[in-house]
Amino acid sequence: MTDRQDDIQPGADRRTLLKLAGFGIGAAALPMAATAAGAQAPSPATAGDATAMPGMAMPVASPAHGPLPAGYVFLNPDEAAFVEAAVDTFIPADDYGPAGTELGVATFVDRQLDGGYGRGDRMYLLGPFQLGTPEQGYQLPLTPSELVRTGIADVNAHVKGRFGGSTFDALQPADRVTVLSELEHGKIALETVPTNTFFGVFFQLVMDGFFADPIYGGNKGKASWKMLGYPGVGEMYADKIEAYRNKPYRADPQSIQDLA
Amino acid sequence: MATKLKPVDVVIVGAGWAGGIVAKELAPTGLRIVMLERGRPQATNPDFSGPQVHDSLKYARRHEMVQNVARETISFRNDPTQVALPMRQLGFFLPGTNVGGSGAHWSGLHWRWLEWEHKMYSGTIAKYGKSIVPEDMNLQDWPIDYHDLEPYYDKFEKVCGTSGKAGNIKGRKIVGGNVFEAPRQHEYPTPPMTSSQSMVMFEQATKNLGYHPFPVPASNCSQAYVNPDGVSLGQCHYCGHCTGFGCETNAKASPHFTMIPLAGKNPNFELRTNATVLKVNLDSSGKKATGVTYVDARGREVEQPADLVVLAAFLTGNVHLMLHSGIGKPYDYKSNTGVVGRNYAYQGGGGARVLVDKNTFMNPFMGSGALGMWIDDFNGDHYDFAKAGYIGGGGISAGQNSGDPLGYHPVPPGAPQWGAGWKKAMVETYQHTTGVGHQGAVMSYRQNFLDLDPTYRDAYGRPMLRLTFDWQPNELKLMAAHTAICERIAAEMSGRKDGGIVPGGRPSRGRFSSVPYQTTHNTGGAVFGDDPNTSALNKYCQSWDVPNVFVLGSCVIPQNAGRNPTGPVGALAFWAADAIRQKYLHSPGRLA
Repeated sequence: MTDRQDDIQPGADRRTLLKLAGFGIGAAALPMAATAAGAQAPSPATAGDATAMPGMAMPVASPAHGPLPAGYVFLNPDEAAFVEAAVDTFIPADDYGPAGTELGVATFVDRQLDGGYGRGDRMYLLGPFQLGTPEQGYQLPLTPSELVRTGIADVNAHVKGRFGGSTFDALQPADRVTVLSELEHGKIALETVPTNTFFGVFFQLVMDGFFADPIYGGNKGKASWKMLGYPGVGEMYADKIEAYRNKPYRADPQSIQDLA
Repeated sequence: MATKLKPVDVVIVGAGWAGGIVAKELAPTGLRIVMLERGRPQATNPDFSGPQVHDSLKYARRHEMVQNVARETISFRNDPTQVALPMRQLGFFLPGTNVGGSGAHWSGLHWRWLEWEHKMYSGTIAKYGKSIVPEDMNLQDWPIDYHDLEPYYDKFEKVCGTSGKAGNIKGRKIVGGNVFEAPRQHEYPTPPMTSSQSMVMFEQATKNLGYHPFPVPASNCSQAYVNPDGVSLGQCHYCGHCTGFGCETNAKASPHFTMIPLAGKNPNFELRTNATVLKVNLDSSGKKATGVTYVDARGREVEQPADLVVLAAFLTGNVHLMLHSGIGKPYDYKSNTGVVGRNYAYQGGGGARVLVDKNTFMNPFMGSGALGMWIDDFNGDHYDFAKAGYIGGGGISAGQNSGDPLGYHPVPPGAPQWGAGWKKAMVETYQHTTGVGHQGAVMSYRQNFLDLDPTYRDAYGRPMLRLTFDWQPNELKLMAAHTAICERIAAEMSGRKDGGIVPGGRPSRGRFSSVPYQTTHNTGGAVFGDDPNTSALNKYCQSWDVPNVFVLGSCVIPQNAGRNPTGPVGALAFWAADAIRQKYLHSPGRLA
């Protein structure tokens, strides 16, 4: 038993329900869980952490290149390998689009961990520390970047013991799925950090990298927005909400940089 | 040592709705007024300029417009046997900061509370007798009733250009409006918002079930509007970036462009930002405030003497300042005595999801903060409490706030949350699901209260505000009943042969969790009333103990209702400002 916080209600899912039914009101109901531990994700941080470099020519001739230069500023090579492998396991290439790393999601994760959010700049991180109850939430002395760094090492240690010395990134795709799924459901007890807390924070970061505005380095080419049919950040619907009622409204999505 | 400034007439703590209204209403007096705001200056232009203002990572995920808990937070526990621990990251509520406060990032649901919601105690025992009230429930009335407040509700709606349809004008019931609402003198300033598909479906389904749907009163402005103060509000674009965001078109009413610039017409008004008030200073008698001490952007402590102090911070800020400054007797839950920290209540919620067929399209990205259709059939005291087994009701609604995929990318039940098959499930669901939600009243109890934490301190060295709160049987029953109603409506909306709903959940472990965001609607802690033994403030929101301190905001409300509190917060600020101007300034002292 490593987790005192296993039965926290999933945060991402709550947010989803709120958007639909909520008017900022609460929803104790969680019919569509997105992640087992999203609610544990340290959330407060300033944005704008990533260094946006609009208009800068990318040195890499790849369809994935976008506003952020390639390379990592926070992750060391072992961590980067883990993050890339995990990102592409969560977001694999399929008929609906490329793999997460092709869309800059690993870069997004790296820059977020290195920035204000990752450094816990808007978290209360003074002691004394104690575990508390699930209802009391995140009580670790770690910033999100410390948590993720420690959790990655924990996962790799677990994988090495279980898969003959291999690290996570060297696993076969099916084994990666198994490991991430077991982490999601709290079936692996990590050595240092609570499994669900690590998974919740890391998974949320990967999801945000897939869905956030491309200015932060992920979601290159607005891939996830195009996939879902989300028109982006510039649309005005006062003349459309009735005209398109019960009809799909489609538009080529616009991002912050498209409109800036 | 604090730098002592020249005295002023009035200090107002907080630049949100409550503080903004008082500052604006006092402007004609020409009094020397200093407003202290802990956050930064904030204006529609340039702070809410597109396209950056639609950045969901910044505003919806990282909560750019919300209190920085590294500096100020609360500690939390479910019951007094536990050790309270700090809320280390933003969780169940999102109190605003910067000029405009929560009024700049709110959703815009703009209610008048029902008559019963102003007199929950007397209104309840008149029907059911005293025995229906549980022993641990500190149920009490407002010291004023709906009719006292009606002109002020009206005034606040007109400031905001609230969009809606009246259901009761001077006692005449109007179909299509809220037939349960208290009588109003006037129609809403602007017509209702345009319905989304989800609202059309909810309206039909609830009519089929015999209920009385109406459009949510929305301070999102369905059309361009000039308010009685001459302030222009723009038309809502239904851009889907509203709750948690600033509005670039001034369609969402906010004090930063309505009240505070008007307060600035008083040449003796001064707004100081980056000024965090640490304490209200009292004289040696403890019965008179001499001003406040704040810390400025350079970290200097500054003492601002003033004849009158108005606390208009968020609920947690107001109660914290009162406890820390020694204004009013702190509440002791064991003896049920004392008043500051008493009668804290949160708000309940829940809902069910609706799955529709592939020929029905929601366009979930077209939305606004308050865009919704609502029923009050189960709210207030519109049904039999004795039969239901609980006191209090809740609003039930459907609408659209935002389809931004960062926060909204649903999949059907049982579908993968990532990996193989996940993207397909999202793509097939994004346009074809919606939800029904409820927002429930919460009564106040002896064991749910605010006090000072014995261990944890904020960045300024003050003991943190400690919250002790848990769901009680009354509220758990209410939430379960209303979730079931949501499920029934969801099934009627879906019309799918397989049921087409995803049932709502219930609170995990039956306990309140501080972790996931639920609502920012907190009430109580410094309630107003007629009895100094059970209220911190008199009916003018004036401290019984330190009469040159007035306290405004949802902290004055003795129990929470099944609807948003901003309407009463604004109306009560106008009410108190009137009392200050008409009564207090002529004869400073206790007004009741």
